[in-house]
Amino acid sequence: MIARLFAGVSPRAAILLAVLLAAFLAAPWIVNDYLLTVLIIILYFAYAGQAWNIMMGFAGQLSLGHAIYLGLGGYVAAMLFTQFGIAPWLGLVAAIPVAAACGAIIGFLAFRFGVTGVYFAILTIAFAEFARIGFDNWGYVNASSGLFLPVKQYVHNDLWRLRGSPAMFYYVILAATALVFALCHFLLRSRVGYFWLAIREDELAARAAGINTFRYKMIAVMVSASVTSFAGVFYAFFYNNLFPEQVFSISRSIEIILGPIIGGIGTLFGPILGAFVLTGLAEALRSAMTAFGVDLPGATQVFYGLCLLVVIVALPDGVWPPLARRLGVGKGGK
Amino acid sequence: MTALLTVDGLSKRFRGLLAVDRVSFAVPPGAIFAVIGPNGAGKTTLFNMIAGAMAPNAGSITFAGEAVHGLPADAVCRRGIARTFQIVRPFPGLSVEDNVTIGALLHRHDVGEARARAQALLQRLDLFDKRERIASTLTLPDRKRLEVARALATEPQLLLLDEVMAGLRPTETDRMVAILKALNSDGLTILLIEHVMRAVMALASRVLVLDHGVAIAEGTPEEVVRDPAVVQSYLGAEAV
Repeated sequence: MIARLFAGVSPRAAILLAVLLAAFLAAPWIVNDYLLTVLIIILYFAYAGQAWNIMMGFAGQLSLGHAIYLGLGGYVAAMLFTQFGIAPWLGLVAAIPVAAACGAIIGFLAFRFGVTGVYFAILTIAFAEFARIGFDNWGYVNASSGLFLPVKQYVHNDLWRLRGSPAMFYYVILAATALVFALCHFLLRSRVGYFWLAIREDELAARAAGINTFRYKMIAVMVSASVTSFAGVFYAFFYNNLFPEQVFSISRSIEIILGPIIGGIGTLFGPILGAFVLTGLAEALRSAMTAFGVDLPGATQVFYGLCLLVVIVALPDGVWPPLARRLGVGKGGK
Repeated sequence: MTALLTVDGLSKRFRGLLAVDRVSFAVPPGAIFAVIGPNGAGKTTLFNMIAGAMAPNAGSITFAGEAVHGLPADAVCRRGIARTFQIVRPFPGLSVEDNVTIGALLHRHDVGEARARAQALLQRLDLFDKRERIASTLTLPDRKRLEVARALATEPQLLLLDEVMAGLRPTETDRMVAILKALNSDGLTILLIEHVMRAVMALASRVLVLDHGVAIAEGTPEEVVRDPAVVQSYLGAEAV
């Protein structure tokens, strides 16, 4: 199993991975609390971007409504925790099938009735909007007043209940990002991964090669939704609050996909690199503005827009593929 | 001997146009069967119905004793009918080897085994040295052979070739003819739609001629080219 995980990884890529992992593991001892929080946000986006990448980057299905899986994951785990005291890891066990079922419904409607491309993307937005409006008016989950997790000073980290210091959250999201990275690496080299690539490249030709495209697109949506739901659970327990207006909003969906687009859609390192570039630079911009006493609301969004423009014009495949060639680690995990 | 593929009374209507009109024929196992005809004769429509890309309005298609008309394209492929496209459609962003590996994964679950099978096929189709190239960077003759390799990787009993010679130079055509003959001698049944008469004459054991959706002649290549109706509608003065 371990050997299979490293199949097709060049020695240079393995060294790069090891160095990266070591740096990540050491980070909480090196950086201050602020930087650690930035790193948590970066890893959170890397994780969520990787999850979205399964659907878009591998199987070629553009979802612009991934916030729905995020929100569902967060709400399921947070409700179970606040109402019944059920730990988030058990909450995740419930959140995954809920998100997967939601993905299956959207996927079934789209793929069964031949909704593709832009129309599929619009359908995903529509479902996320349904969820936002629905949760905003659903009394049981506190509607628009939002859901709050109890916050108190923790003397020690409670990993099982996800209550504790930023360092604990950091290691949780680091482990999750590493796991999903390994999962994607494994998927890309598996039978289902090859079938996804075929569908992404040319769906008609994929069918002619005997691939049941409906089935494999359904698998892609359900895997992507399941993986994304953990990002929602993490979000809920890290921020300790959930508002339908925020968690299901379209801007949340867009935020998730910017990382992989900038890093390189369909690559393994792209979502991680993209999260670093975007969040890292945006935070740098924010601190610089604070230092110079400038207060421009919306500057981050403008910055995201500029990043996107630069990448689309200068590096249409994203930052990672050319960087990978320069580092000599192959085609960028594609 | 029972036929591998039997097409019986097959019709397809596009609004007012009857593109294929009650066409019947049978392809025995091991044959190379060609369908020829002028542009708009309904060849590609007929081909698409056999491959499952469209459903007929009437008639039946029986493959290896099983009715396959109206099945989706992927189900048809899984039953043992593989096709190529008139306008080639390899998976453009993937390597040559990955293209064929995907085909080989249809009946295999192990990626390594599928890759080995793909490499063997690439050897056979003169593409082994180009196996790491991205498919979209290949020349047209290479992409045509790549499509054949990917189709073969699905281990078909019947290979459908839609104008696989179109756009090839005479030497490339001869090479493709040699490859197809070799595959056929290994037991593969081939149904081809072809405009290049040089290839049809060299390959086909039987020829069906379509004109305006109707089968106007069927026989050996020699019989067909001498048929007055065929000469009239398709081959024209140059063949006389």
